Parts: sequence; structure tokens; C-alpha cells
Amino acid sequence: MTQIKSDLPQGTLDLLILKTVAFGPVHGYAIAQRLQQVSRDVVQVPQGSLYPALHRLENRGLLAAEWRENETGREAKFYRLTRTGKKQLETETANWERLSEAVHLVLGMSEGGGQ
Amino acid sequence: MNWWQALRRRKKNEELLEKELRFHLDQYADDLISRGHTPADARRLARLALGGHEQVKEGCRDVRPMRWLEDLFRDFCHALRTLQQNPGFAAIALLTLALGTGATTVMFTVVDNVLLRPLPYPEVNIQEQTQTATQYGNLWAFAYPNFIDVKSESRTLDMAAWRGIGGTFAGSGDPEYIRGLQASSELFSILEVPFSQGRAFRPAVDQPGAPAAMIISDSLWRRRYASDSAAIGSVAVFEGTPYTIVGITSPGFRFDGTDVEVFTSLDQSTDTRLKNRQAHPGIRVWARLRPGAAMADAQTELEVIGRRLAAQYPNSNAERTFLVQSLVPSVGTVGSTLWPLLGAVVLVLLIACANIASLLLARAVSHERELAMRIALGAKRSRLVRQCLTESGVLAILGGALGVGLATLGIQPFVALWPDNLPRAEEIHLDWRVLLFALAASLLSGVIFGLAPVMRTGAHALEQSIRTGARSIAGGTRRLHSAFVVSEIALAVVLLFAAGALGSTLLRNSLLDPGLNIRNVLVARTALSPAIRTNPARLRASWQNVLDRARRVPGVEGAALVDTVPMRAGNNRLGYWTTPEQPPLNQMPLALATTATPDYLKVMGIPLQRGRFFDDQDRLENEPVVVIDEVLAQRAFAGTDPVGKRLWIQAEPWMTVGPPKVVGVVGHVRHWGLADDDQSDMRAQIYYPFAQIPDSMLSFFSTLMSVGVRTNIPPLDTVDSMRRDAVGTTGDEVLYEVRTMEQLAGESLARQRFLVLLFTIFAGMALLLACGGIYGVLAYLTNQRVPEIGVRMALGASAGQVIRMVLRQSMGMVLAGITLGTVAAIAAGQLLERFVAGVQATEPLTFVAILPLMVGAALFASFLPARRASRTDPLRALRQD
Repeated sequence: MTQIKSDLPQGTLDLLILKTVAFGPVHGYAIAQRLQQVSRDVVQVPQGSLYPALHRLENRGLLAAEWRENETGREAKFYRLTRTGKKQLETETANWERLSEAVHLVLGMSEGGGQ
Repeated sequence: MNWWQALRRRKKNEELLEKELRFHLDQYADDLISRGHTPADARRLARLALGGHEQVKEGCRDVRPMRWLEDLFRDFCHALRTLQQNPGFAAIALLTLALGTGATTVMFTVVDNVLLRPLPYPEVNIQEQTQTATQYGNLWAFAYPNFIDVKSESRTLDMAAWRGIGGTFAGSGDPEYIRGLQASSELFSILEVPFSQGRAFRPAVDQPGAPAAMIISDSLWRRRYASDSAAIGSVAVFEGTPYTIVGITSPGFRFDGTDVEVFTSLDQSTDTRLKNRQAHPGIRVWARLRPGAAMADAQTELEVIGRRLAAQYPNSNAERTFLVQSLVPSVGTVGSTLWPLLGAVVLVLLIACANIASLLLARAVSHERELAMRIALGAKRSRLVRQCLTESGVLAILGGALGVGLATLGIQPFVALWPDNLPRAEEIHLDWRVLLFALAASLLSGVIFGLAPVMRTGAHALEQSIRTGARSIAGGTRRLHSAFVVSEIALAVVLLFAAGALGSTLLRNSLLDPGLNIRNVLVARTALSPAIRTNPARLRASWQNVLDRARRVPGVEGAALVDTVPMRAGNNRLGYWTTPEQPPLNQMPLALATTATPDYLKVMGIPLQRGRFFDDQDRLENEPVVVIDEVLAQRAFAGTDPVGKRLWIQAEPWMTVGPPKVVGVVGHVRHWGLADDDQSDMRAQIYYPFAQIPDSMLSFFSTLMSVGVRTNIPPLDTVDSMRRDAVGTTGDEVLYEVRTMEQLAGESLARQRFLVLLFTIFAGMALLLACGGIYGVLAYLTNQRVPEIGVRMALGASAGQVIRMVLRQSMGMVLAGITLGTVAAIAAGQLLERFVAGVQATEPLTFVAILPLMVGAALFASFLPARRASRTDPLRALRQD
């Protein structure tokens, strides 16, 4: 199993968190779980990075948070996307797609650099 | 989120953060349990997965926007707690700092208010300027007619004129000599002179020919009118002329740094010489720029007016124009005292900083394990640095606040202690500039002494400091500690040197021969009856009467008249030459000219070296004669006998009657005072007989004369009878500014004495602080070496050897400090020489006196720690830790 911790490119963790939160209010533990499941265990966010990242996004106004009970009856801090967060997610996603497409193109280049 | 909310929410935030992480752990543990782990195992695994609980929290805290403020607040509380825990250290550090910043603040306040601050009113000064310079320069006082013309034509300036006056005031009570101003009516509006009652002069009312108006000061009103408001409108007699009092100025008003007790109107002046453009008494002209006008505009305009006046009045105004300059306060030479004092207190402050730095350093070293532990636990180094700096910052601010408190108490005593009249003293006050200075000074000192322990936290391998424990040999800090002690000693040496140089200068100056016998001489300015001012024959007779009456006063051996008294303010400078052709004006040497009556030499005890002094035959109708001093004899007649030679003097009456004959040479008198005369560029002296002053100038000279008497009883005992009997019976003649020559000689050294006193105090403080520093550092260093000393003693070292070892260590620092300090003192001495007249900063004698003092004090300070070290019990020392 490959573990990507701080090897995630700069800003990528924020993008992944925003995407995860975009599906509806969710608490920190669930975000970590979901990232791990969806990425088939490739992305394992160390909790030492997850919570500072969540708090940073909250302070920047991209996420909002409220406390409520989860399905097991425990009080948890649920994060949701704000309007600016949504906008940020869109631009970041577009940026990422452009970048990965470009990277893909470069890597797909046949030897000799022909057509 | 503002800062206040940030601080208030801190606790709540912490709780929520803990709750969030706790939820994460619980949830994870539940998942693990459901996958078959035992509860205890699940809990352990969950905690492992989360990583360092505190580090995660710290990471979350770091992204809070007001994080730095929270830290600052926490550091601040921590600093206060640390100070509380160690009240001894806090008291010593705060007291040291408070004294340092307090003294510096006092000096800065005085320097700022007296020397740096512009005048409270934005005025310009205008002078007449000639194209060619004479020996007096090329700037001249205004002629009154020129002032009237320029004032009426200028569109850029509101102009006012004034001149100093003095005279006998005979309003109510005994006649009294007072000083004042003759001012044009505009002066009051331009300077915004405050009035407590009545009014300023009004150009429409107080015109020539109208009843003469007078304004008096609050102090005169209190003294002579017992604060009776009936003074307004009453008639006072000043210089024999009746005036109607129209106004009283507010208490505390001073004009250009001097007390003015009476104002008369320049516009109403009956002095006919004022109307003369060519030969006139001279007035000062101040002006305020009109709104929108710049100084350059005013200058251009005045030059145009000057050219027109030059064409219209070629006799007086040819090649003459006007110069506009910003008005600077006249503060005389106080800078030569104030700047060195400011320098000295800054040195004391630096020593205080070094002292606190070494105290803090010692404490930081004993906290070293704590700091290393915190770094090991993940604290960032920058965070620790910030904490250290906050701690010293808190100390600095508290010390600074105490210092400002001390300064508010200290300024008035300082001004009161000032030996003579401190100019602009009434303007001195604490304000935001001073507070800003005090804040900057204390913060800067905070950084200076706070940096030392901070440098430590970086310099050391941390696991080593954890491992070595308390049994460290303190090798690394020894150098830093020594650096502080060395710099403290060096600074103290600089101050000791300065104090020593000033002290020996004072001593040398006070042993100087003033050139006369200052014992048993009383001098007093004398104002004759204003009624006889215009009658030369009666003036001569009155002066003769003053002399005759003074000689009859019991205790008086001899009496003489003189215009300029040695070591008292006031002088008359005249150009001279020794061959018939006159040198160019700007190359003409100047000499101090004094007119006196025949007994002057006897009264003052000035030695006659050649020829004779004046006698009763040196009258107006006989050949004009002068007596010169040895300095002029040397300069003008080097090597030859001046007696019988001619001396050309550029002044009436000699320009018309011909050059006078030199009839005698007398010893040089230190006219400029014991401290300053040797440095003065004008030392040559000429004496001429009072009896040969022509009638036309007698009225003017009569306002300048003083009577001097030699007594055979203590001179102050004759004051009452002199005041009563030496003046005439008309009731309008007074003696004023009564002084003994001993007082004048003492006053000429008062400034230096004051400087020496304060420098001695500062040097003493510096020595004390430096000794405290040596003691503290050595006590700390030897304490660190207790285990080592224990080993040495167990191996057979004697108590004497241990003491010598410690003393050797301290002597190394002391000698380095003295060497460094001596070099710095020589540089500082150059500065001092520029400020204080006659100081020779690098005198071997000073060094010889200071060296043992410094070494002795340092030895004394090191002896206590050394002796304690020598009493180390080897067994206990080895068992320690």
C-alpha cells in the first residue's frame, strides 16, 4: 500500500477536502475515512494534517461548521461548503483538470517528440 | 474577529478543539471494536493513528488568525508570573532600569525643549546686510526709519521691532532698576503675548505725542503694586518719564528666554537718534510670514525694497540690503553642558542594560534544561525566542514606565539645580515626544538585554544540555557573561574618564589666576538720576559724587568707575592697529575696550607691568591716552616697549582727535571667566580714561557704568550702606546687580562645577552598576564551578589558591574592560573637548587616578564570590546533583 502523506502536491489536500465536503455536511473522521475509501487507500491523510487543514479552510471562510449529533448519538463538528467554498472548489477543480491533462499530454508524448 | 474576541474565545476554542479530536478518537475506536479489536486495544490503536495529540492541537492553533496575539498574551502572563516568582531579581532589574531610563528621559526632555524644539511662534528674523564685511561681520541691527519703510511696503511679512532697555522704575515704593523692552505695537500680535489684564499697544491710540503707554509684567505688578488692579491706568515713572500703565502680561511670560518686566512703545520713543538712518542705536526686527508667503518670497521682496532705499538714501543705505532668516531661540552655550550630560546618561542606561542582560542570562542558563525539554517536545525555536523577548519586553516596559514616573519628578529639581538662568526653562514639559522617546529607549534596552538569553537557546546542542544536567561546566556562557562584564567595565571607564577629565579641568581652572585680586571687591551697576542724563557737566559731577560718597562708606578703601566688569556679561569690542595706515575692515584685529577711572587698578588689584595707569591729569582737554594689557602688548608691539607708542582705535573719539598714546601695560585679566578666557579668540584688552569720553557720548556711557569698591571688611557687609549712601539724595538713583568679584569668579565656573557634579554622580552610578555586574556574574560562574572546585579542593588545593583562581578570572575581564574603555574614553574625550571649554580629556593623571579605583572596586566585587568558593565543602560539592 502506497501512503501519500505530505507528498500530496501543495494545495491538493485542500482540494480533496473541499470535494469531500461538497456532498453534504460531514465530520472530520468521516472525511478521513471517505478519502481513504474513495482513493482505494492511496490517500491516507494523517490526522495531524487533516484537522489543521479543516480549521484553516474554516478560518478562510471556505467551510462552515456546526455541532450536531451523528447517527451514534455523539456530538460532532460537521463541516459544510460555503458559497465561496463552492466557487473555490470549481476553480480549483478546473485548474487541477487543466494541469493533470497537461501532465498527461507531456507524459503521453511518444519518443522523438513526433505528432 | 477582533483581538478582544480572539482572546475571550480562546478558552471556548480550546474546549471545542479537544471535543472534536475526542470525537475522532472515539469514533475510530468504535470502528476498530466493530472489526474485532478489544476496547483497550482499539483505544491504543486509535491514539497511535492520530499521532501526537498535542501536536495536532498545536497545528490547529497555528492556523487561527489571531494566533500571535494569543501567544503574546500568554507570554505576557508568563513573564509577569516569572517576575513575581523572583521578586528580588525583579526589584533589582526594575530599579536599575527605572534609574537608567528616568535619567535619560530627564536629559532628553531638557535637550529637546531647550535645544531641539523650534520656538513656539513661527517667526523670521530680519537683519540689515552690507555687501562688504567689517571686523564685526556684515549683518547689522535695523535703523528705525528703514524698519518703518520696509514694514509699510512689504506684502509678505507682518513686521515688528524691539530693543532691550533698562532703567529706574519709580512708580510706587523705592526706585528700582528694571529691564524691559521698547517694542512696536505689532510685536504683541505677532508673538501672541498673553495678557492677564488691560491691552497691548494700539497703533491708533499710542501714537507719538499721545500719553506714553506702558505694559508691565505680572511679577512687577505683584511686587510693586501688590496685585492691585488699580495699577491699570495709574502713572509710573520710568527713566524720569511718566507713563500710563495700560496692560499687564500673564504670569510666566518670558521673552526670548529672559524676563521682561516693562514694555514701552517704540513708536512713542522720544530718542532722536532713532530717527537717524546712519548712526542709530539699532533695533531688532522680527516678522511673521503672511499666509501663502514663503521665506524666499520675502527675501526677494526685501531685496527689491532694499535696492529702492539704497537709491533713495545713498548716504546710509548704499550697498545695503536686508536678510530674512528663520528665528532661532537664543540659548547661548547651554548645549555645551546639556549634550555631554545626555551622552553620560545614555552610557549609564547602557550599563544598566548590560547589567540586566547578565542577570537574565544567568537565569536563562539555569532554565536551560526546561528550554531544551520544550524544544524536544516540539516547541519551535522561534516561539521560544519570542517568549524570551516578550519577557524582556515586559521588564523593559515596566522599567520604562517607572522611569517616566521618576522623570516627571526629576525634571523640576534638575531645572532648579541649573547653576544660572536656563533659557526656555518655562517651556520644559513632558509630552508625547518625550514619552515616545522613553518608550523607544526602554524597548531598545529590552531588546539589548533580551537578546543575550535568546542567543543562548540557539547556540547549544539540546540533547547535550538535557544529558549533562546541572553539573555543566558552563563553558559556553562564560564567554558571553564575560562580554557583558567587559562592556560594563568599559562603559564605566569612559564615564570615569570623562568625570575625571572634567574634574581636573575644573580644578585647574579654579586655580587659574583671574588676573586680579578677587578678594574684598564689590561691584554694582549704577543708574544716575534720569533728570541729568542730557547734561554732560552735571553727569561728570554726579559720577564724581558717586565716587566720593562710596569712598566715605565705612570699610571702603578705594572706589572706581568702570563700564565692563571682568567675568560679568557685557563687553565692548573695538578694532585697533599700530601704524598710520588702516588695515581692511575685515582683517582688523579686535580688542576688549574698557573705560575706567584712575583707581580702577588699585580697586581690582590688577598688576601694573610698565609705565603708569591713568591719573587725574588725563582729562578731556589733555592728550588722549590708553593702557593696554600684556596680551595686546605682545600681539601688537611684540618685543618692543609699547609705552609711548601710538595705538589707532576704530571708534569715536579717537577717529577725530587722533590716535591715543599708550602710557602703560597691565596684566591680562581673564574677562571671559576662569573657564573660558584661555579659549576665547578675543583676549587683548585696552583701557581708556572715563574722563576722556567726549560730552557727546557721555550720556550713553552713563547708562553702562558700574562702581567698584575695595573693602577692608567682608564686601557684602558694605552692601546696605553702599545702597544707602553711595547714591545721591534725589531718590531716583539706584545700585543694581550688586556682586562681589568672588561671586563673579565663582559663577564663571558654575556651569563646569555643575557638569562635574553630575558626571561624578553618573560615574559613581556606573561604577556601582559595574561592580554589581561583576559580583553577579562571578557569583553565578563560581556557583556553576562548585563541583569542579570541590574536586580541586579534594585534590589538595588550598583556600588561597581557590580565591586566586577566581580573582584571576575576574581580573581578566576587568583588564579587558579597562583596555577597551580607555580606547573608547580617548574617543569620547575628543567629543568632550569640542563641547566643554578647556578640557584636556587625555591626561595621564586622570588615568593614574582611575586605574586603581576601577581595579580596586572590581577586586572588592569579586572578593565575596571568591571567598564563598574557597569555603566550598569538597564532600558536599562532589555529592551535589
